[in-house]
Amino acid sequence: MSNHEVVRLEDVWVQYNHVPVLESINLSIKQNDFIGVIGPNGGGKTTLLKVVLGLVSPRRGTVSVLGRSPAESRHYLGYVPQHGIFDREFPISVWEVVLMGRLSTSRLFRRYSRTDRQAAEDALRVVDMLQYKDRQIGKLSGGEQQRVFIARALVSHPKLLLLDEPTASVDPAMQAEFFELLEGLRSEMAIILVSHDISAVSVSVETIACLNRHLHYHGPAEITAEVLEATYKCPVQMIAHGAVPHRVLKEH
Amino acid sequence: MIGALEYEFMRNAIYAGIMASIACGLIGVYVITKRIVFISGGIAHASFGGIGLGYLAGFSPVLGAMFFAVAAALGMGGVTRKTKIPEDTAIGILWAMGMALGVVFIGLAPGYAPDLFGYLFGNILTVSSSDLLLMAGLNVFIIAVVLALYKEFQALSFDEEFGKVAGLPVNFLYLLLLGLIALTIVLLIRVVGIILVIALLTIPATLARQFTHDMKKMMFLAVVFGIALTFFGLWLSYEFDLASGATIILLSGSVMMVTFVVRYLLERRRRLAVTGVSEEEAGDFHFHKTGTP
Repeated sequence: MSNHEVVRLEDVWVQYNHVPVLESINLSIKQNDFIGVIGPNGGGKTTLLKVVLGLVSPRRGTVSVLGRSPAESRHYLGYVPQHGIFDREFPISVWEVVLMGRLSTSRLFRRYSRTDRQAAEDALRVVDMLQYKDRQIGKLSGGEQQRVFIARALVSHPKLLLLDEPTASVDPAMQAEFFELLEGLRSEMAIILVSHDISAVSVSVETIACLNRHLHYHGPAEITAEVLEATYKCPVQMIAHGAVPHRVLKEH
Repeated sequence: MIGALEYEFMRNAIYAGIMASIACGLIGVYVITKRIVFISGGIAHASFGGIGLGYLAGFSPVLGAMFFAVAAALGMGGVTRKTKIPEDTAIGILWAMGMALGVVFIGLAPGYAPDLFGYLFGNILTVSSSDLLLMAGLNVFIIAVVLALYKEFQALSFDEEFGKVAGLPVNFLYLLLLGLIALTIVLLIRVVGIILVIALLTIPATLARQFTHDMKKMMFLAVVFGIALTFFGLWLSYEFDLASGATIILLSGSVMMVTFVVRYLLERRRRLAVTGVSEEEAGDFHFHKTGTP
């Protein structure tokens, strides 16, 4: 059961206005995988997530999520979009934001059920934000908002969690805590995290893939300076996995 | 004004103001939070085509406006969702085409259009009992849909992409919301006219937003503000013999500006109070420095 495949992308190509964004992407994610996708801005990271979510349909290739099309499997996916694209003044409370994760076609015209509210309460407890449930979302700090958006993704008990630049608004001191939270979720779901910030994926992420139109998929120990250079087109920080996680800055 | 209530047209005007305020309080909150003010303006202006068609074909211009407004809402919504034409471009084009159709239809209609000015700028004093009945029916429909789909519309306005991932039929909901805006515009035509509609859709909701961050309370407050503004606007227009629709809008806009200025002044005072404290501290510091050379 642990080998159960959650996502499979085969030879996926995506174009926007005849400009290729993703080329020949092959990706396989199994249950309880934690994969970090890094790459420069404009490298197609968000597009890759949107392909998995079924928000962008590829020009070529096949995408299967839990053995079905992305649209059919959507309610098994938890999505934490890129931060900072919402209106801080929007009249909505933390509680209402989290309950959004329980919306679906079948609940049209109906009120949230007791199960929905219980799930929202549980999800807020997991991210340790239950005490802020009546706060307006814009009145929280960036890191706290991020926790709420993670709770919104968790509330539907997803089998796959997709995070788009999750650490962008989390200050460095809180990042360790943030990864601890993700680590705790791994036993229940697969996780894909995309980021342009290499340090964001260094320590807890099991597998790293580099994305710049092409996807280079690596096991834990395989990431090298050459691979990163090929992705970023310039010398970048190296990631090393050892007894003590550390990074070495490569010479320019 | 109390004496004026003896007249049926005055009572009807007040009922019309109340009903217009309910619809634009509920829907206006979505218009400003989802930032679809421009498309709402486009729907309102495009409905002029229906008014012209009403004159030409000999049926009620309000019915024509309703048909055109709903068609414009679905058209603009569909074009902006399904094609690559930029949204503001599509809205601008349909906005002007609707108005142009109205002008052509009125030109083709025999005779002249006597109460055309009223459709453009509103004439709340000519609201008839049958108009009131239509307004009541539209209101019941709008309230029912907002009650039934409150959480869906909130999600749609806050984060449409997430709504889609969560499994909401977002395109359907968006078109439905635009349809409700179209019906609200029809409700408002008699009160302020299609040119001025956009002010009543946005001002009460924007005023309400300054007092609460709860969407339900915001809707309630927007309705209350709408009723107050239309009532006092109507009173001013009666006392000073001014055009009713324009007076309501000018009053609303003025109240809005006053609240912004008051808010700005209050915030400035708070800021000054904060820096005042730090100046005192700085003074203390200087004293110590000079006191111990």
